[in-house]
Amino acid sequence: MLKFKPLASAALLVASGLAALATAPAAFAQAKEQFFPVLVYRTGAYAPNGVPFANGYVDYLKLVNAKGGINGVKISFEECETGYATDKGVECYERLKGKGATVFQPLSTGITFALTEKAPIDKIPLITAGYGRSESADGGVFKWNFPLAGTYWVAADVLVQNIGQKEGGLDKLKGKKIALVYHDSPYGKEPIPLLTERSKQLGFELQLLPVTAPGVEQKSTWLQVRQNKPDYVLLWGWGVMNSTALKEAQATGYPREKMYGVWWSGAEPDVKDVGEGAKGYNALAMQHGAGRSKVHTEVLKLVHEKGQGTGPAEEVGTVLYTRGLMSAMLGVEGVKRAQERYGKGKVMTGEQVRWGLENLALDQAKLDALGFAGVMRPISTSCADHMGANWARVHTWSGKAWQFSSDWIEADAQILKPMVKAAADKYAAEKKLTRRTPEDCQS
Amino acid sequence: MGFFLETFFGGLMAGMLYSLIALGFVLIFKASGVFNFAQGAMVLFAALAMARFAEWVPHWLGTDSKLLANGIAFVLAMACMVAVAWLIERLCLSKLVNQEPIALLMATLGITYFLDGFGQMLFGSDIYKIDVGLPKDPMFLFEQTFPGGVLISQEDLAAAVIAAALVAVLALFFQKTSTGRALRAVADDHQAAQSIGIPLSRIWVIVWSVAGFAALVAGIIWGSKLGVQFSLSQVALKALPVVILGGLTSVPGAIIGGLIIGVGEKLSEVYLGPSLGGGIEIWFAYVMALLFLLFRPQGLFGEKIIDRV
Amino acid sequence: MLYRENGQFKTSYRADQQIFPIRQDRVVIVAFLALAFVVIPGLASEYMLRAILVPFLILSLAAIGLNILVGYCGQISLGTGAFMAIGAYAAYNFNVRIEGMPLLLSLVMGGVCSTAVGVLFGIPSLRIKGLYLAVATLAAQFFTDWAFLRIKWFTNDSSSGSVNVSGLQILGWHIDTPADKYLFCLGLVCVCALMAKNLVRGHIGREWMAMRDMDVAAAVIGIRPVYAKLSAFAVSSFFVGIAGALWGFVHLGSWEPAAFSIDRSFQLLFMVIIGGLGSIMGSFFGAAFIIVLPIVLDNLPYWFGIPVDTALASHLTNMVFGALIVFFLVVEPHGLARLWSTAKEKLRLWPFPH
Repeated sequence: MLKFKPLASAALLVASGLAALATAPAAFAQAKEQFFPVLVYRTGAYAPNGVPFANGYVDYLKLVNAKGGINGVKISFEECETGYATDKGVECYERLKGKGATVFQPLSTGITFALTEKAPIDKIPLITAGYGRSESADGGVFKWNFPLAGTYWVAADVLVQNIGQKEGGLDKLKGKKIALVYHDSPYGKEPIPLLTERSKQLGFELQLLPVTAPGVEQKSTWLQVRQNKPDYVLLWGWGVMNSTALKEAQATGYPREKMYGVWWSGAEPDVKDVGEGAKGYNALAMQHGAGRSKVHTEVLKLVHEKGQGTGPAEEVGTVLYTRGLMSAMLGVEGVKRAQERYGKGKVMTGEQVRWGLENLALDQAKLDALGFAGVMRPISTSCADHMGANWARVHTWSGKAWQFSSDWIEADAQILKPMVKAAADKYAAEKKLTRRTPEDCQS
Repeated sequence: MGFFLETFFGGLMAGMLYSLIALGFVLIFKASGVFNFAQGAMVLFAALAMARFAEWVPHWLGTDSKLLANGIAFVLAMACMVAVAWLIERLCLSKLVNQEPIALLMATLGITYFLDGFGQMLFGSDIYKIDVGLPKDPMFLFEQTFPGGVLISQEDLAAAVIAAALVAVLALFFQKTSTGRALRAVADDHQAAQSIGIPLSRIWVIVWSVAGFAALVAGIIWGSKLGVQFSLSQVALKALPVVILGGLTSVPGAIIGGLIIGVGEKLSEVYLGPSLGGGIEIWFAYVMALLFLLFRPQGLFGEKIIDRV
Repeated sequence: MLYRENGQFKTSYRADQQIFPIRQDRVVIVAFLALAFVVIPGLASEYMLRAILVPFLILSLAAIGLNILVGYCGQISLGTGAFMAIGAYAAYNFNVRIEGMPLLLSLVMGGVCSTAVGVLFGIPSLRIKGLYLAVATLAAQFFTDWAFLRIKWFTNDSSSGSVNVSGLQILGWHIDTPADKYLFCLGLVCVCALMAKNLVRGHIGREWMAMRDMDVAAAVIGIRPVYAKLSAFAVSSFFVGIAGALWGFVHLGSWEPAAFSIDRSFQLLFMVIIGGLGSIMGSFFGAAFIIVLPIVLDNLPYWFGIPVDTALASHLTNMVFGALIVFFLVVEPHGLARLWSTAKEKLRLWPFPH
């Protein structure tokens, strides 16, 4: 006989859920609060890297509130778990955009691609600081995307230049072999066009070694590395792929000093486990490195000491935490800049914030005032350039901590500009968009 | 030639590692007829338990001895797996006894989701370390014969030895002990076993616990190699071709299948991969298993399915 | 009392064999369709349309396809994500490479390509059975995962491997707003569901069911296993391919191969099992359950005002989801469709007990 009671109660639960879903009012952001949706991944295969970033992001928003908000406007925020999955990211976007979302920062190249289609229609800007499509630096085509502080082509170029410096000059790279061990996804494939371009120009041999996501199986990849004996290996991984790569490199005896990771492969979760085994491994530092400066002290004092810290206090100052701080700061500065034009002390709409992000002028003085001295270089965006800065440094793992091992290196605009423009033009042709007119740029 | 040997040995050892996980599948299928898709989640859960207990035990007891910490953590993790086995038997299996295999398969998938969430809730989502003293540096053999020597990963070699030992222990357990005999009886015919007084639910708890033990050993080895983290459960997907190649009901099949798949995978990736752009490992393993199945539809050593019309 | 067939006499075979022979059923269906086509686009919020109803419709189409294969023909397949991917990329290629290709034709061609590959991967089913076949179909899944990442031609040589489609329109009707997308999907799903229902009611459906129940006996009475099994794979892949194309074109807009990964295959299999094997109606129930439940569970803490850490909420969602799956399997192994038909049976006698 059918057990009706438990079944009926389950059915009732689902039905009430459906009813509630249908009638749940889109919670209106209070008229006086700026709403920041926070897309995070605190579970799943990429959680170890997603958690410190999310904590940094939320801590900065709390810090701004503790200091009085953005010219008096308080920030409200809501986290949404995406698990690095594109469809969950889209669902979070749909749910949170109705609350007056100021800006979205998906922290996933896959979700970025999907949201790039939707954001222009909903008029909400996307900040993809250090990830996303490299060609979205061209604001003439990508009106609503802001890959602030660097894209993957910048990253790849800086790495090539750094290796060139180590060899004693870019011309010494001729005849060398560089292997790219990359995450087999749009994220991992991003640097390939630039590396191919540079290899043609400088005469080094580029070897591509894809690793199937999520990257736990790399034995054959590193056996191939051992066979081919490349002079340098570039690592473009995320999540567990990074530490696995370092462990496999150790297991096959490839010198870690010859490995260079992108800024998403150069954080504490990637090397902590491997410890001494990763000693000498180099990675890009997007602008900031590890370590504490004035903004961290402020966060500790105004947020953590009041018991409001999102994560553990020891995490403050780690690489990904600081990146989260930086990304949140860029969003808040965009709002601040928009307020300068559209009314100080008012809540800004997505369109207004977009203008703010397009006209960022964060010089060193402003950055120092915000507490980012020594952490970042100036960023200034414009209609044509949504990236704002193309500098990066390299830091090396000493076995216990990250230490800077190079000066600031600027990516070569001669190579990047034409590539970005060509790719952006191709996108515009595919989507049948026209480039923005100068009048549109002024608005 | 040296490199070929390197790849070959690497494949053999990788295959043994897959066999470790495949053993769990085979054990459960043999004794209860359930294809346990949750094996990957069990490996992850066991590894998480081991890693976290090994971290917490020194705090609780105030000792510094790694050996003691690992030993106690092992016992505690095993206790967790037995508890999980008992719960699964109580809440799922006994209620789904006569259902079609696909319903049971789906139930194990449901258990996978549950264990994923439960494990991460209890133990956290970070990457955790398991350190049981497995050597990390490589070993180079035959350096005179081949330039650069033949690389053998010491960690993998140790893991292969442990896997072989585990299989030997399990084989002894099944052949020589009375519980093992009871398990074989249940695998043969549930009703006949029940009619001679073998308590079915207790047997199933034992089987799932033994599979839990296999999962724990696999979890420790893989966790020590890769770090304990969510993606560990995906490794089970790599062990599936081993299971179907060897046959769902055969323990030696799991080993032989593992060796074949391991070698095939690595050789294909290293020699065939570059011409196809790389990354072909995982589907190649499945295609290999598929091709074998076309000749022997129940795997190399599996029991033939006899249809009554 | 209400659900009686009194006075409904059929005077032709055709009338007797219709899908809804009881008048009350027909009335309810028409009312429901009116609700779906007219009332919902007008009243539902944008979030409801975009994030719940459109995925529900597309995935129920895919579930119908999978149900034909697993529920009606008994061939367990874990490679559904692969066929969705093939449908999506094939439709994309037809759309992008041929100027002025009509949208519906692209979708149908996506389904056709998926059919071709489905038949190819269905050939092992002639020799391999049961759980072995299930794992063998994973070969299709992983192969297509790799193929769409590696073979640049499929993604129109996009450097990142991600493709996008926009500007959907049929004969001048631009499908832009969520309501448009919902109506488009609803129309297609209704047509395909009707096709599927008629196929399974017909002689080919009976062949499939015979193969499922006892394939040796079926072969003995003259049903050709090759034809029955491969046609099941073909029809199933057709519907799944169209669903995949819709998923990419209408729901996501821009996608990468990871959108059709093995998690998608498992999700569809869940829908089919929970909804009810061997039931078209069941595919809809299952899709509704699997899509709505995680969203409800995710948002439950917010509605009750309990601030919960998102990680914990996500873990709890997984746990409750897994537990509910097991619960449903224990309580009603034949799925929600069986519950529905039992309810209808009881309704026929109501208010009398027997």
